[in-house]
Amino acid sequence: MTQISDVSAPKVAPGAIKAPPDSGETPFRLMWRKLRRHRLAQISGVILILLYAIALLADFLAPRDPNAYIGRFTYAPPQQLHLFDGVTFAPFVYDYKVTVDPDALKRSFEVNPDKKIPVHFFVASEPYKLLGFIPLQHRFIGPADPESPFYLFGADRLGRDMLSRLIHGARISLSIGLSGVMLSLLIGVIVGGISGYVGGRTDMIIQRIIEFIWSLPQIPLWLGLAAAMPRDWTSLQAYFVITIILALIGWTELARVVRGRVLALKTEDFVAAARLDGASELRIILRHIVPSFMSHIIAVATLAIPAMILAETTLSYLGLGLQAPIVSWGVLLREAQNIRSIASAPWLLAPGFAVILAVLALNFFGDGLRDAADPYS
Amino acid sequence: MKRLLLSVRNLKTHFPLAKTIVKAVDGISFDLFEGETLCVVGESGSGKSAAARSILQILDRPGKIVDGEILLHRYREDDTTPSAIIDIAKLGRSSRAMQMVRRQDISMIFQEPMSSLSLAHSCGDQIVEAILLRHPRMAKRDAWQRAVELLRQMQLPDPALTASQYPFQLSGGMRQRAMIAMALASEPRILIADEPTTALDVTTQAEILALLERLRSSLGLGVIFITHDVGVVANIADRVAVMQLGKVVETGDLRSIFDHPQHPYTRMLLASAQRLEKPSPLRATVVPVESTHANVRPILKVRDLGKTFVLRRGLLGNGLKELRAVDGVSFDVMPRENVGIVGESGSGKSTMARCIVGLHNASAGSMLYRDASDGEVELAGRVRKGNDPLLREVRMIFQDPFSALNPRMTVGQIIGEPIRLAKTARGRELKERVAELLSLVGLEPRMMERYPHAFSGGQRQRIVIARAIATSPRLIVADEATSALDVSLRAQMLDLMLELQNRLNLSYVFITHDISNIRYFCDRVVVMHQGKVVETGTVDAVLNAPSHDYTKRLIASVPRPDPSLQTPQ
Repeated sequence: MTQISDVSAPKVAPGAIKAPPDSGETPFRLMWRKLRRHRLAQISGVILILLYAIALLADFLAPRDPNAYIGRFTYAPPQQLHLFDGVTFAPFVYDYKVTVDPDALKRSFEVNPDKKIPVHFFVASEPYKLLGFIPLQHRFIGPADPESPFYLFGADRLGRDMLSRLIHGARISLSIGLSGVMLSLLIGVIVGGISGYVGGRTDMIIQRIIEFIWSLPQIPLWLGLAAAMPRDWTSLQAYFVITIILALIGWTELARVVRGRVLALKTEDFVAAARLDGASELRIILRHIVPSFMSHIIAVATLAIPAMILAETTLSYLGLGLQAPIVSWGVLLREAQNIRSIASAPWLLAPGFAVILAVLALNFFGDGLRDAADPYS
Repeated sequence: MKRLLLSVRNLKTHFPLAKTIVKAVDGISFDLFEGETLCVVGESGSGKSAAARSILQILDRPGKIVDGEILLHRYREDDTTPSAIIDIAKLGRSSRAMQMVRRQDISMIFQEPMSSLSLAHSCGDQIVEAILLRHPRMAKRDAWQRAVELLRQMQLPDPALTASQYPFQLSGGMRQRAMIAMALASEPRILIADEPTTALDVTTQAEILALLERLRSSLGLGVIFITHDVGVVANIADRVAVMQLGKVVETGDLRSIFDHPQHPYTRMLLASAQRLEKPSPLRATVVPVESTHANVRPILKVRDLGKTFVLRRGLLGNGLKELRAVDGVSFDVMPRENVGIVGESGSGKSTMARCIVGLHNASAGSMLYRDASDGEVELAGRVRKGNDPLLREVRMIFQDPFSALNPRMTVGQIIGEPIRLAKTARGRELKERVAELLSLVGLEPRMMERYPHAFSGGQRQRIVIARAIATSPRLIVADEATSALDVSLRAQMLDLMLELQNRLNLSYVFITHDISNIRYFCDRVVVMHQGKVVETGTVDAVLNAPSHDYTKRLIASVPRPDPSLQTPQ
């Protein structure tokens, strides 16, 4: 080694050493820069941040306890929030004028312009713990008198506040997608990585297993797995089991993608070079191959989340996923199962729009990520 | 008096991107006359392809002609004055008039015939389609006859069979002939050829060039031939346009360009090609091998090396087929000697290189390597792993500098990897060593923090070389180390490798398809053909007086970058 330390650099023609101006950037910064050019993905990203923030701060943002009910206000329509009373800032909603049809025993609601219900920000409430550890006893918004009606998104069959239920439902629906994808990502990267790197017969067997899983009709499979779940399990247990059921089916897609990338990268010269450098198999996979497709995998995983959310919604809608009193968007949509309740209270479909918004935002964001993740191919 | 076919004036083709405008073609002018070949020569990124595509209005988006004229002259039979002059630059991309131009006036052939022919249609059908577009009233059967006749003109051995075959059933050379037949089916006056022989072996290239030359003179075509290869230019051009960075820096007759180049870039381009025509001045410093043969023993002794691949057919592995990629190859490499292995694609030269470094296991024969302590080590069948000194002493330089560097690792990490794994240095020491290696290959040490994508092709190849010498190797196998680089960079890269050889006492096994690299770089040469060695000897002896038929054909096929050396057509 000493033989080369004392020599000067060979002469190189001018112009041979000239780096492009964007040098010194890490691949992730390059990806970020590309993503910023993707307008739709950017907007979706902002929406997603808001959605997840709402889910995290549900206890604080929801005006009421999602299970608190007032019998007088079953199927109460949405109220309009007025921010100014005359010219002074004093938010209020109008009270309802409730009439009961003596034949059908059906309540009908009308706006009562004579009675205003004052609405306060940071109203006092029963104490709770935000994120499970911050003790608070105020909510973001609510009626000054907790007994008076305050239904910005209307009320359901039992007079519960749809807005509060929607906000609390976001928690389960959005997190089940994330945790389901995490789990399937773990299985997918390991199984797909082995399949691609080892190749040969191992690859053949793994791929046939994946095809077998794909050949199973999904909904009956979910139904079967969900039906096998004991009824007396707590809601937390049910949540985890549902996550696992979703992940057990969801990993196959990711495993295929990982396998494809590993197969492609395996023949790259830089992998051969790593082998000649003396790197072990494990080091070749973890240090040389996996980082090369990590950004791509993140993008694909993002695209897998909406499928999980939809799956949870489907299961719960069919009554086989999560059960009340857990609140998820799918559970909420069960309320909108019969045509009569939709006809009289169309606001029960609000969770459906929340699902559409979340799924579209995730899809657009995932598309943007995927486009940005491949600056080299 | 030759008639003017095409006159390009001040053509500008721009690619507007998010932040900048790439001026791919920046105000070029040239004329094309009947029956002449105009060679547009330039290195990658000079805008020569964009210029060709502008003429046919087939630019990739967002490319656009923003200024200038492309005046197409149409003639009625033997008139000397044009019956119509059409400015192609003014026509819409998919207008009827533009379609007519493509249908009857100008045809184009591309570099990669596999991707420019449809795989779902037979060659005959594709030619018939072009014929029917030109002659809508012709009967289908007559058109087929004409297609077969065209393929016969392309000197295909069995034109009727070829017409019924699909492109994937043909070899590269046959495919390119079918492509030319298709281009000529529309009876154009102008043929644009965009690097049509770059993807072909050198002997096939010579045949295609001869074919194009014959067609040009018999049909009176005007040919625009785009190439980066100065040798090809010297071989076929009547006139030459030299392009650099979107501009034509010089145009002129073949002889005037080669004998009296005016522009510094033209001179540089010719000089770098012609430099490779004789041995490198740096080679002179190496002691001639023959004189020391008696007391110096070879560093690598390859004997009867064989590598057989088992091709499996069908799901259950029935119908086994063997491919003998390397078949009984023997040669010696002396210390500080450069042995060139030359051959065309499929000759087994790369497979052999991978056997020597241990990426493939040899199926037969032996490779005796003399290590630093003068002991003989058998390389065949030895699995090299982890801290094996062989991994440090025998290194490899890869062909494609884009694939050989991990895009997610910094240059410092890439070059440091073999040192770290050999555990010879770490931390500060490792960093200093990487810096030293970078300056040794002519890069700045501060570049070690950057990622490979920030470097040009030539710089990347320097990084690949730095990684190869990082472990103080004794023998380096270079697999097509220069073929991915522009001409002007090739000699530089070879000089760098020679300098390093003189400093570090290296021996090279140099794999290439390019005879000029052998002449410049090597002491001895091994000619391979279909897995076997057909001839071996000193570079002088083999290149100047080849004895084997294949070697003779190979050497005669290489276009020399000097018009006076060409064999008359």
